[in-house]
Amino acid sequence: MSSSKLSILVVSGTLERLQMAAMVASVGAVSGTEITVLLSMNSLPFFLRSSTSDPLPEGSFGKMMAGKKVPPFRQLLQHAVELGDAKIHPCSMAMDLLGVKPEELDPMLARPLGLTRFLTDSAAGQLLTF
Amino acid sequence: MAEKQVIDARGTYCPGPLMELIAAVKLATVGDEIEVLSTDEGSASDIPEWIRKVGHQLVSTASESGVWHVVVRKAK
Repeated sequence: MSSSKLSILVVSGTLERLQMAAMVASVGAVSGTEITVLLSMNSLPFFLRSSTSDPLPEGSFGKMMAGKKVPPFRQLLQHAVELGDAKIHPCSMAMDLLGVKPEELDPMLARPLGLTRFLTDSAAGQLLTF
Repeated sequence: MAEKQVIDARGTYCPGPLMELIAAVKLATVGDEIEVLSTDEGSASDIPEWIRKVGHQLVSTASESGVWHVVVRKAK
């Protein structure tokens, strides 16, 4: 098993980027990579318990995904947490701006994280942004 | 006694078949065999790569009429 470390910063709220971030997180986590995800900006509203909307595609690929048996991004992130011990954090700044409390977020999310801590934690590994 | 189970992930795209396999491996006993059926070409090469990386055993991999049959034995 590898013991590499990968941090994933998600700021987009489009289907393709959320899907790709979730794919990288889940496959990395189940392959022995230590995964930390920070959900910020446009991505965070999709992780509110009250969220009923799905992200919109940003291009033709996203439109093509509709109707195919592509694993939903939330389910992939759930796998990342349950099968691979990934940590998925809401960004504390984004929570402040949205005016949401931890209990209003998807229960699979870990505690809120600030950017300073996220950058400190990610310094020893790779960082991907979606 | 070791058991064998079949995961039918036909029609599901990457990384669906891999995730279904991993969930089954987690619940299985060491020595059990799990066969994944997949129509996703990417998963057919990705699953053996995952097996190698995490240290399980690839028993066989074969394609029949557009369906990949990948058999893994839980090794630890």
